[in-house]
Amino acid sequence: MTLRYVFALAGLLTAIGVSMFLYKWQVLGFPVTDNQKTPIWTIETAIRFDSGPGSIKANLQIPTLTPGFRMLHEYNVSKGFGFGLNYVSGGREAQWAVRRSDGSQTLYYRRVVYEDTGSDQSDTTPPFPPPPVINEPFKTAVDVIVSEVREHSADPASFTAELLRLANDPSPDANVELLLADARTSADFVQMITTILASARIPARMIRGIVLQDRQRRVEPLPWLEIHDGDRWRYFNPNTGEETLPDRYLIWWRGSEPLVRVEGGSNVEVNFAVQKNHLDSIAIAEQRAALEQSRLVDFSLFSLPIRTQAVYSVLLMIPVGALVMVVLRNVIGIDAFGTFMPVLIALSFRETQLFWGVLLFTLLVTLGLSIRFFLERLRLLLVPRLSAVLIVVVLLMLVISIVSHKLGMETGLSVALFPMVIIAMTIERMSVVWEERGATDAIRGVSGSLVVAIFAYLVMGMHWLEHLIFTFPELLLIILAAVLLLGRYTGYRLVELRRFKVLAGD
Amino acid sequence: MFDYGRRMNEAGVLGVNRRNADFILKLNPRRLYPRVDDKVLTKKLALEAGMAVPELYGLISSQSEVRRLPQLVESLESFVIKPARGSGGDGILVISGQSYRRRGSYRLINGLLITESDLKHHASNVVSGQYSFGGNPDTALIEYCVKFDPMFAEVSYQGVPDIRIIVYRGYPIMAMVRLPTRTSDGKANLHKGAVGAGVDMGSGETLNGVLKNEVVDEHPDTGAAIAGLYIPHWDFILQSAARGSDVTGLGYLGVDIVIDRDRGPLILEMNARPGLNIQIANCAGLAHRLKRIDEIFDANADPVTRARIARREFAAERQTVLPLNGAA
Repeated sequence: MTLRYVFALAGLLTAIGVSMFLYKWQVLGFPVTDNQKTPIWTIETAIRFDSGPGSIKANLQIPTLTPGFRMLHEYNVSKGFGFGLNYVSGGREAQWAVRRSDGSQTLYYRRVVYEDTGSDQSDTTPPFPPPPVINEPFKTAVDVIVSEVREHSADPASFTAELLRLANDPSPDANVELLLADARTSADFVQMITTILASARIPARMIRGIVLQDRQRRVEPLPWLEIHDGDRWRYFNPNTGEETLPDRYLIWWRGSEPLVRVEGGSNVEVNFAVQKNHLDSIAIAEQRAALEQSRLVDFSLFSLPIRTQAVYSVLLMIPVGALVMVVLRNVIGIDAFGTFMPVLIALSFRETQLFWGVLLFTLLVTLGLSIRFFLERLRLLLVPRLSAVLIVVVLLMLVISIVSHKLGMETGLSVALFPMVIIAMTIERMSVVWEERGATDAIRGVSGSLVVAIFAYLVMGMHWLEHLIFTFPELLLIILAAVLLLGRYTGYRLVELRRFKVLAGD
Repeated sequence: MFDYGRRMNEAGVLGVNRRNADFILKLNPRRLYPRVDDKVLTKKLALEAGMAVPELYGLISSQSEVRRLPQLVESLESFVIKPARGSGGDGILVISGQSYRRRGSYRLINGLLITESDLKHHASNVVSGQYSFGGNPDTALIEYCVKFDPMFAEVSYQGVPDIRIIVYRGYPIMAMVRLPTRTSDGKANLHKGAVGAGVDMGSGETLNGVLKNEVVDEHPDTGAAIAGLYIPHWDFILQSAARGSDVTGLGYLGVDIVIDRDRGPLILEMNARPGLNIQIANCAGLAHRLKRIDEIFDANADPVTRARIARREFAAERQTVLPLNGAA
């Protein structure tokens, strides 16, 4: 019955731990390994204009749906302007406004994004566009082209590809030439293509975006063609007819509207600059969770001050050390002094490194023990004697630190990190065992403690494990479950196989 | 390695983990522990139940009372000082006589003389809790020093052998004699180097011994054969052990009994976490016997009946004794 409860509880704890872990890992994107740096891109739009005396209203098209990218944050820099974000037909607009302004002005809008190929951003299915009103002789030319292309295509996608092939033909036919005569920029070209597509009742729009490359100034938005095939939006290279999207293409705005509209200003100039950074994946996961308003992260360790975080990165490893301890004592059967003494010693090894840790610990215990034997002859009562041992341990630590410092071995200074009360208790316990059961038992006990401490140190010192536990503290629930299960382990300990060898009929 | 584990399992060897989880945690409620951990209380309960225990001369329960110690033992030829909450035989001082030439000096069993101040320091250590669990203040018992039965003279070195009996749900299931050696300093504790010898439950006859997990057939100091000794008062000893379970209420218990030359079997102490080396001494596992008791358990049986059933069930003839070759 008890056993069933233990299994149920362990199962429950594991389930909670694993599901929280999977959620944070898969959904929120917390990294399971350290040093996962995700490239992030900062795109800065600078709007410069001269303002006359009077009010100014500036509207900037800003990204809404950006396939392949997710936004980390966005902000604006502008002195004395009111700022707002509006949803408009083409997407989103940033709006700056000021009642009175004079002289040259610069407004900045910055957006930080990171690549996420898995980000699917559903867009609405547009209605069939109304046939555009086109004047003659262009109308006839459009009708001819549409019927011609329709002959050579099967669906909206192939229609678009064929149309673009015709339009980009080095020796275009008369109708195409007539229509594209006025298209001086590629934006005009794409605009004309969307008009032709609209006549064929294919929803199409021009998109403009930025190809992200590190350290770029004065980036020109690149026009692209987007059509809807009744199911989803598809992207076409307007210059080749190829269905594709450029690498690292951040769609900035859709439609034919200009990027920026400034009322009350003149000499408007817009400039894009791109900068690439690397950011810790954790920070990205957190910000993403914050955007999704996940409560889990509100209570995460990362919300604590950095100093407290540092303390917890150590404290969270203690359960791991305790697990090592349980395995070594209950499954292997190694004798050790004190229940958690080895784990605490292992913690101080983190500061001193293994070799120095073992050396200093041995030195301290040996010296302390010899002084303890001397104290025994003074016939002191228990509590004063323990206090005397403690004081001696502190003095020894001081002496070791000073001597090693004078000898130029700075590692000796870290002896101060040993848990002195624990060491004093160890010395006292060891001396009692020494007297009662002999030196062999005492040395076996203390070396057992040291072995457990070394194992615990090695496991607790695994960097990836530390990162994993710190990022996913819910994994401690799994450790708790393991400890609970080990608490009901009734099999033989490894050392018992040797101890009862005689009974195994050997 | 795993083959060992399987064969041990077949031989019914009980491991530490299983003893703790399935027997001690299940059958020995924590609130009953003081009855066995506090030797003063054990003695009181045993006396109330009409069981024989070594006579208590006095108690020292505070540092100020340590001064009274010389007066308390003035008229005693021999006595024992032990901590009420000691474990594993730690802190037990046996005084076998007082020196008449030098006043205020006491003779240990190994012949060494210690001074009155040594004696007081020991008592003071006991009271301050050096030997008690967690270093809690303790009480020192001064009690009768058992004079051992001459039948054990050949197989013990300076000290009193005792008989350890494992009692499960009131039924004695396994027994061994612990024989002091020179290395054990006259103490009957296996981890100090005493020899443990298995005992046939049916007849009270000793079997081979074990020394530090190794099988031995003669005493390391005296060279006398360990096997083949008949423990006197065997019926009474088993009944006392069975009664010990009723007194303490513990379902898994180790009862330590000594045989005094003049007063017969006396209950020395009881233990809620008896060791497992008894299996090596008997060359038999506990698990099969524990299972057998579960099959035949009768809640209404009195100690005498339970002792009789134990003799019948666990007599050596019924046992499949494993071949002994002493090699380990």
